[in-house]
Amino acid sequence: MAKLILNSLSKSFETGGRPAVNGLSLTVREGGFLALLGPSGCGKTTVLRMIAGFEQPTEGSILLGERLLADASEMVPPEHRNMAMVFQSYALWPHMSVAENVGYPLKVRGISGEKRQRKVKDALSAVRLESYADRQPADLSGGQRQRVALARCLVTEPDVVLLDEPLANLDRHLRQEMEETFREFHARSGATMIYVTHDQAEAMALATDVAVMSEGRLLQVAAPEEIYASPDGRLVGGLIGQGAILSLPSPDGDRRLLDWPAMQSLLSTREIGQGNDPVADILVRPQDVEIAAEGVAVSVLSVLFEGERYALRLALADGQTLRAFSRRSVKVGDTLTVIIRSAWRL
Amino acid sequence: MTRPKNQGNSQPRWLFPFVVTVIFCLSVLPLGRLAVTGIVSAMQGGAHQLLSDPALWQAVYDTLTTSFFGMIAAVVLGGGFALLLTLFDVRGKAALGFLFMLPTMIPPQVTALSWIGMTGPSSTLLKALGLAPPLGSPQPLYSIGGIALLYGVQNAALVYLSLRAGLLALPRDGVEAARLSGASSWQVLKDVILPLSLPGFAAGAAIAFVSCVGNFGIPAILGIPASIYTLPTLIYSKFSSFGPGTFADVSLLSAMIAILSVAGLAVEERVLRGRDYRVIGLSGQVAVFRLGSWRWFAEIALWLTILIILVMPLTALVASSLAPAYGVPLSSSTATIQAYEEILFRQTVTRTAFTNSVTLSLTTAFGLLAATVLTGYFLVRGRSRFAPVIAALAEIPYALPGIVLAVAFILVFAAPVPVIGVSIYGTIWIILITYFSSFFAVSLKPVMSAFRQLDPSLEEAARLSGARFGRRLADILVPLVAPAAGASVILVFLIACNELTISALLWSAGTQTLGVVIYNLDDSGSFNLASALSVLVVFMVVVMMLVLELMAKRLPKGVVPWRS
Repeated sequence: MAKLILNSLSKSFETGGRPAVNGLSLTVREGGFLALLGPSGCGKTTVLRMIAGFEQPTEGSILLGERLLADASEMVPPEHRNMAMVFQSYALWPHMSVAENVGYPLKVRGISGEKRQRKVKDALSAVRLESYADRQPADLSGGQRQRVALARCLVTEPDVVLLDEPLANLDRHLRQEMEETFREFHARSGATMIYVTHDQAEAMALATDVAVMSEGRLLQVAAPEEIYASPDGRLVGGLIGQGAILSLPSPDGDRRLLDWPAMQSLLSTREIGQGNDPVADILVRPQDVEIAAEGVAVSVLSVLFEGERYALRLALADGQTLRAFSRRSVKVGDTLTVIIRSAWRL
Repeated sequence: MTRPKNQGNSQPRWLFPFVVTVIFCLSVLPLGRLAVTGIVSAMQGGAHQLLSDPALWQAVYDTLTTSFFGMIAAVVLGGGFALLLTLFDVRGKAALGFLFMLPTMIPPQVTALSWIGMTGPSSTLLKALGLAPPLGSPQPLYSIGGIALLYGVQNAALVYLSLRAGLLALPRDGVEAARLSGASSWQVLKDVILPLSLPGFAAGAAIAFVSCVGNFGIPAILGIPASIYTLPTLIYSKFSSFGPGTFADVSLLSAMIAILSVAGLAVEERVLRGRDYRVIGLSGQVAVFRLGSWRWFAEIALWLTILIILVMPLTALVASSLAPAYGVPLSSSTATIQAYEEILFRQTVTRTAFTNSVTLSLTTAFGLLAATVLTGYFLVRGRSRFAPVIAALAEIPYALPGIVLAVAFILVFAAPVPVIGVSIYGTIWIILITYFSSFFAVSLKPVMSAFRQLDPSLEEAARLSGARFGRRLADILVPLVAPAAGASVILVFLIACNELTISALLWSAGTQTLGVVIYNLDDSGSFNLASALSVLVVFMVVVMMLVLELMAKRLPKGVVPWRS
């Protein structure tokens, strides 16, 4: 095993248009769990399919350690990459039993008899499906099918495991259970894992690293806590957390984390400056907006009861919107005063 | 570690050359050869003699009139059935639909024989019932009108299927909107449904016309005794009186049939494209109109039609097969199964024909399957720019009448095959390869729809498991398309086993097929033997259609041609 290197990878399809992936460079450390996060159509699945070998890059290269997997002129076919993948549709073969599905990669590798049975049994017990070995995939629930697909990945000890939105077709309750299974699977196999998702909560909960993509480009790679605390640029800021982005005059110096006094001064200079100063994008997360006796005046645009709290959309005097939470109900059109405890300059 | 080039594509490198070779041999080579011979003989002035022959123009005229009136009959029959069965609350739709399909699947020469057995002075059935016209009165089917009528019966199902597909695609909410606007059922039918279903009507009519132009069995049995020749039977008679100019003549005649067919198919293509109303909204839900007190009337009309076009001719056929000799009245004392004993146990020629037809059909069905699984995979999964061209070339031989294809292969194989120096003309091999060419599209279609329905990730998962192409084919792809492949085998077997047009031109002593033997038995006056053999053929057709009908639920949409 070794680290997986994507070297200024690009992919354009014959149909034309902008490239699906554009100059993407990324290194996934050995045994890492990388989440590729982005809105649908951002090229993340194309990256995954290039790593698997289903698509050939039009530029750049993919290396696993020293070994060149693919570049624009040559590539190792998927059957020789020792990778495994969990598909969004699970891709279980309907004409084979659960045990046959899981044992197929071993069968292809010429492992048979006692040894194969033992490995299949181990893999199935790792996903707690030992008693389902003789069932047909059609008889299983969605979560169980997903676990069979996972067991099939486990069975050959692959170098890299790819997961293509594996939770997209599951209900919320099953998702949490499967997230747990994925974490266990990662800890146990030690394989490098790449997980494609458009759900930031999923990415944060599972991965050791999160890579954010948009329109075929890589925007930022960092650990989940870091990417949440200090997102880079408007796109990442908008994608991570439910924050609102304000356009305010550039604060002095290169401070990025702004406290209330700093925000207060920005909000007040804005009213004087009339937009001649350089403008900065400031990310304000709803949990940092506190309703207080004094502060900046806002009016309530909408109120949504979410069960544990109310989610508010608030408008500043110049019409820019903020999001906030409230424990008590407020009315649309009310005027409140809020304090912004913390904000992040993008 | 090998690093073959360009393997993002899942196909092995030999697949593209393989598919190109298959299509070249089965489509491009014979049709190209036919075109070249036609053009060369036209330029050398050989055409002049043929074109100045009034018999030719009479044949063209007869082909066009019979096909035109046959098309009208098919449109009336098929259109009526499609409208009644699809739009109205008639009972027993499944049974009616299945029975209505049968005449199309029964070989044309059998249809012709059964109708002869039903009409005319020598009809065993009419004699048994005491209804036969006096001896010496003419057989009314030996005429342009008779040929056209049977064309209509034979091809009505083509119009039915085409129109029904269009009607099933109609939006129910469009009909409901018209109703809410205040339109009566009749106005909805007239103002909404019929205009929207016009392309289906026109396309069905065009296919029926092409099928009539290429029909050989019906004019051979009904036309030749009355000296009425259509282009296919004219080609046949030219081959019977073989001379030095035969190849040039038949290639020109085939080219004429091909041009008529292409014109018909172009009309179909055009109406389906040009009048393609974008149907918006929920489709697939058929608007069912209530017939009320008219329902009985409609049901009686439908069953009466089935009685006339299917039950009565087949009863007549059975009656003819049980009669001791043609024209002898049938009663419980004269009925005999001697004809069946004769064809099954005594006549070597019928047994040879059974063996030949079954062997040819099985070899064609399974041999083609091997080629079409690979071709279907290539066309569906491939990213080749040539895929649309290859798909079109694969379709053409089936779209053309069998007689054209038979002539094309005669031209290709008249001389010994180059390099190996063996001549296959006159052997069973030339029939086999022509079958391969003609039924390639029949075999390909079910397999392609199965591949289209297959989630690509099933194969990708197998690739990541380490399986190479051969392995994936054996373990994953073939098992998953198996039901459709089974249907493809049955369909090809069914059509090939009943085929007459191709083998009529290509047979020689020892390589007769069932179709040829039925025709020859009738030609030599053994009407009861021909009828007995036909009864067995019809029985086989019905059994195989029932098998497909039972399989239909497990098959992808569109595989069983009469289920929509």
